[in-house]
Amino acid sequence: MDPTTVPDEAWLEAATVGGVTRLAAHGAWTVDNLSTLEREAVTAASSAKGRVVLDLSGVSRIDTAGAWLVHRLSTMVKAEGLAFEEIGISDNARRLLAAVDFTGDLPAPPRRKFRPLRLLELLGETTVNGWADFQQGMGILGGVVRGIFRAILKPSRFRFTSIVFHVDRTGLQAVPIIFLMSFLIGGIVAQQGIFQLSFFGATIFVVDLVGILVLRELGVLLTAIMLAGRSGSAYTAEIGSMKMREELDALTVIGLDPTEVLIMPRIIALVIVLPMLTFISDIAALMGGALVCYIYADMSFQTFILQLRDAVALNTLLVGILKAPFMALIIGIVAATEGLAVQGSTDSLGRKTTSSVVKAIFMVIVVDGIFAVFFAAIAY
Amino acid sequence: MTEISTLARSAAPPAQKRMVVLSVSGLTAGFGNVNVFENLDLDVYGGEILGVVGASGTGKSVLLRTILGLVHKRAGRIEIFGVDLEEADAREREAIDRRLGVLFQQGALFSSLNVLQNVQVPMREYLDLSPRLMDELARLKLELVGLPQDAALKFPSELSGGMTKRAGLARALALDPDILFLDEPTSGLDPIGAAEFDTLISTLRDTLGLTVFMVTHDLDSLHTICNRIAVLADKHVLVEGTLADMLKFDHPWVQAYFHGSRARGIGI
Repeated sequence: MDPTTVPDEAWLEAATVGGVTRLAAHGAWTVDNLSTLEREAVTAASSAKGRVVLDLSGVSRIDTAGAWLVHRLSTMVKAEGLAFEEIGISDNARRLLAAVDFTGDLPAPPRRKFRPLRLLELLGETTVNGWADFQQGMGILGGVVRGIFRAILKPSRFRFTSIVFHVDRTGLQAVPIIFLMSFLIGGIVAQQGIFQLSFFGATIFVVDLVGILVLRELGVLLTAIMLAGRSGSAYTAEIGSMKMREELDALTVIGLDPTEVLIMPRIIALVIVLPMLTFISDIAALMGGALVCYIYADMSFQTFILQLRDAVALNTLLVGILKAPFMALIIGIVAATEGLAVQGSTDSLGRKTTSSVVKAIFMVIVVDGIFAVFFAAIAY
Repeated sequence: MTEISTLARSAAPPAQKRMVVLSVSGLTAGFGNVNVFENLDLDVYGGEILGVVGASGTGKSVLLRTILGLVHKRAGRIEIFGVDLEEADAREREAIDRRLGVLFQQGALFSSLNVLQNVQVPMREYLDLSPRLMDELARLKLELVGLPQDAALKFPSELSGGMTKRAGLARALALDPDILFLDEPTSGLDPIGAAEFDTLISTLRDTLGLTVFMVTHDLDSLHTICNRIAVLADKHVLVEGTLADMLKFDHPWVQAYFHGSRARGIGI
């Protein structure tokens, strides 16, 4: 047979003569033609009467998919209680038919049903998971503290290079973006303040507004949120992919504690850089505010600084800076916890990285609120 | 078009045994300013199992990836079913891609899909089948590669090494390919699992009429299932032929490989 003349189509002819339904298969019974053939096979099987004979001699080519359809056709016909016979089978088709002849019951995939109780179940799961996350986070914090104590007792264990590397990456390299962002936010706050306060002829108090708002709250919050997005996500992805590739297990069997080797330097680096970046952010925002005051309110830089001196004291700055190490701890611990929770799939790596950033930002804002209540209570 | 798909579909009756289905000539490929091969020639005949061997770093996997178009070649021709992939238009290219099945070294299963869905990915892409038929076909492929049916709904991260390879093979077979590319199929399997895998590939070759291009290090595989062996060294195919030809060939690496203690251990 010249292969070039073989048609690419396939079809199934059905003819009922007397008590015999003759099905003639033609053409290429391959996976390409399967959707057409399936329909024809279902129709043929349902309209068949009497004895069914399937003639495969017109089949030019057949593959496992075609063989499976033949197998299914015979199953369907037999299920109707009719006799079934195949004729004109080539050697090739016989081999394939034997290969696909398995009747092992295919378990149906479990269907998910909606159950009202499922909502409660989810709530419970979330609560339990939340508690487990908290415990693991505390475990990591404990591991870091233990690492620090060990390092004090034996300074050679202290991973100085690693910490410097992470300080550079999460701190120094973040300076331009933190500076730019804070500069703009300071300017925007000042501009809105000028517009509103000028109604009362109290434009000068925009300096108090910008100074207090930025130093107490905005500087540290913006910096923490930026670091959660910039470094927290990176930590989660790094630790998570190391876990996927069994690098954490390798560390453990070598006798190194992954918390001490990987997580502690990262968290210490965060705790070191976040207060510094907060200070940079504070200064940048004040500069932005001063520039906007100069442009919109004709306020000289000298006036701005004099008014700022009256408006804020050292404690205003300290309130912001003091919060920074706690924010850093939260970001670091959340990032590490999520990184360690990564399972085998890339899907879970993506999910955990997202949830690391979301949880860290949420926690940072909650903790900032708690601090606000606390500082108000002690009137600092 | 007709010709390609016809050659491809026929399940290699003995008369077509010596037909070249994959032909590589004058192939040069590499990275940076290093050429991994220069002027490499290799033919693969229909219905055979070709084992490609070579020391680590001689570019066995690179050759496989170059044939598949994953690494750009610098010179030379690669013809699959007589069509030069570079000159083929998009339709021809797709028609040929469908005739190829690839099992990557690590299985390369999509980790966010379960085994059944993994096997169905090529079917969804190329065919318009009812979900029921697609499920049945995917389960049929699992049966063919010897995976238990309860593995169908598992995710790749829940599979053992051997099961991952089998699942990868099931996906490679999803569209009934004519050429199967295997990248170290038995690496990381225990000897019994590796022997089973060899038998499986040889059975599939016989039942489905496959042509198999296999990169391997496994002397057992070469001994038991490969019809022909090609040795890569010095940036080209040093020698190709049967195991007997290898044993006679005078080259230090080939001698060391086929006459080493491991080779003696399996009685080559």
